Amino acid sequence: MNELANAIPWLGKRNPAAARWVVIALALAAPLIAMLFGKSWVRILDFALLYVMLAIGLNLVVGFAGLLDLGYIAFYAVGAYTFAFLASPHFDLHLPFWLVLPLGAVFAALAGIILGLPTLRLRGDYLAIVTLGFGEIVRIFMNNLNHPVNITNGPQGINMIDPLVLFGWDISRPLKIGEEISVNSLFLYYYFFLACVVGSIIFVQRLQVSRVGRAWAAIRDDELAAKAIGINTRNMKLLAFALGATFGGVAGGLFAAFQGFVSPESFSLMESIAVLTMVVFGGMGNLAGVVVGALVLTALPEILSTWPYRCSRPCSDRCCWIRKCCGCCSCHWR
Amino acid sequence: METLLQQTVNGLVVGSVYALVALGYTMVYGILGLINFAHGDILMVGALVALEAIRLLQIYAPDLGLIPTLLAGLSVSVVVCMLLGFTIERTAYRRLRNAPRLAPLITAIGVSFLLQTIAMIIWGRNYHTFPQLVSTAPMEPLAGVFITPVQVTILVVSAVLMVALMLLVHKTRLGRAMRATAENHKVASLMGVDTNKIIAATFIIGSALAAVAGVMFSSNYGIAHYAMGFMPGLKAFTAAVLGGIGNLGGAVLGGLVLGLVESIGAGYIEDMSFGFLNSSYQDIFAFLILGIVLIFRPTGLLGERVADRA
Repeated sequence: MNELANAIPWLGKRNPAAARWVVIALALAAPLIAMLFGKSWVRILDFALLYVMLAIGLNLVVGFAGLLDLGYIAFYAVGAYTFAFLASPHFDLHLPFWLVLPLGAVFAALAGIILGLPTLRLRGDYLAIVTLGFGEIVRIFMNNLNHPVNITNGPQGINMIDPLVLFGWDISRPLKIGEEISVNSLFLYYYFFLACVVGSIIFVQRLQVSRVGRAWAAIRDDELAAKAIGINTRNMKLLAFALGATFGGVAGGLFAAFQGFVSPESFSLMESIAVLTMVVFGGMGNLAGVVVGALVLTALPEILSTWPYRCSRPCSDRCCWIRKCCGCCSCHWR
Repeated sequence: METLLQQTVNGLVVGSVYALVALGYTMVYGILGLINFAHGDILMVGALVALEAIRLLQIYAPDLGLIPTLLAGLSVSVVVCMLLGFTIERTAYRRLRNAPRLAPLITAIGVSFLLQTIAMIIWGRNYHTFPQLVSTAPMEPLAGVFITPVQVTILVVSAVLMVALMLLVHKTRLGRAMRATAENHKVASLMGVDTNKIIAATFIIGSALAAVAGVMFSSNYGIAHYAMGFMPGLKAFTAAVLGGIGNLGGAVLGGLVLGLVESIGAGYIEDMSFGFLNSSYQDIFAFLILGIVLIFRPTGLLGERVADRA
């Protein structure tokens, strides 16, 4: 619970209980506030939560275990494409969400181990460039695996991905309460993502103070010494890669369901760097900081890109290159 | 067999461009331990500035002749890039010299975005045709291999520049100071080396090389674009790591190896994979070869083994 209070340091220091309630209230009321500025801002909030999940996952690898990963978005891509393959008309498979999302997570974790195994001996910048290369390789494959057998549908991406259906309840449709009130699906997604994020935060927080978390911290601070006191550095590093990738995979699956569309464009190196920036901006290894960093760095470009134009411009190129989904135009996700 | 020879020549040409850029990466890394992600974008600025200068020259001094025009454009872009490299070091990196390792890395990525965005505002998002002042028409085939004058020029110029750089680093006072700074900042400055000046000089030299590489790259492909620095930059960095980062000979070796593997691989991938993969997978070779080399030699081909310190 301390993490909650840490999110607003000036209040958290003096009155942790109040800070906690403020954070909870803000988290619950955020989409309502965003709605005042337009529906697109709720959408941005939804994306922000996905980025929070990514940042939490990357923080596990970079912040806790000290392994610099510049290809993190590849795991996001694995999750998203798994979802797209198994729940869309592309292969005419429509498996239930409860099966597809864990599968995405498992595949992402496997990808993490595949990346982790050969790179165990690498340090610092060497590791950074290999992970970067891994991310690029995954993207190049997504871009080109439409020939001669069409697997990923190439640069066009995969369309019409099934939305999230929880126990027969399709949350991509507005929820009708009684006759008049109808809750937009963006809100439903928001609260669902919020639940996922809260779950992740609790999990990671418990993990950080566990045996595993302490082992990671030891490896981060001094790998040789960690080995000397009997930590199995190989397994711990692989675990960091796999667990970090799992978060990426889950976020990717949610992204695919939410967006209904995936294409290699969304998984460029720039995205990896964006997530890394969120982690560094918030403070590596600090969970509350990472969450705040992800929220600020997702929202800020949107605010900056819509504000000077006042939404009077028609959708132009410029709108899109700053950030994927801008508030003023219909072109989203580049 | 002819395909192999042809792809070897192409690979050497591309590889020597990579090598020139990789030298800039590796020099900066050797001295500061910083991955200068903006280096690829200096290549882009070099190409675009040269393009602009050549355009202006062709308007205002049309009878200058092809080679003088190219040389003039090249000199302008080298000077601009030197200034740019100096400015970047001064404003962005110098303050972060004692910061945690990730801060300069992210800053370098930020500088890279900044340069791309500025170039995009100035030159727009379009692809520009780069005037091909050295002919790109293939000469008389030699043993069935077509080679163009521009490719010959690239090979010669980059070889001369590499030799010049080696001489500079190994035979001059400045070079000795650079090596001393790379070895140990503090001790070097105690010995009377002005490390700030040396680091600035490193950035200036690296940027000049990148500018030349940019002009050569654009002359070869006949195209310049605000985001053109990204891939060569990434490949050149890969080359630097492949050769053992911080090692000048390694950067050259890495660049050439990368260029060769990439172009030979692209020539044969279709046969090797029974038509399943095609040459659009060319880019994965750079990273695959990097991964494979680093598994067996974690510090690159020529990198020194650093002892673990607890």
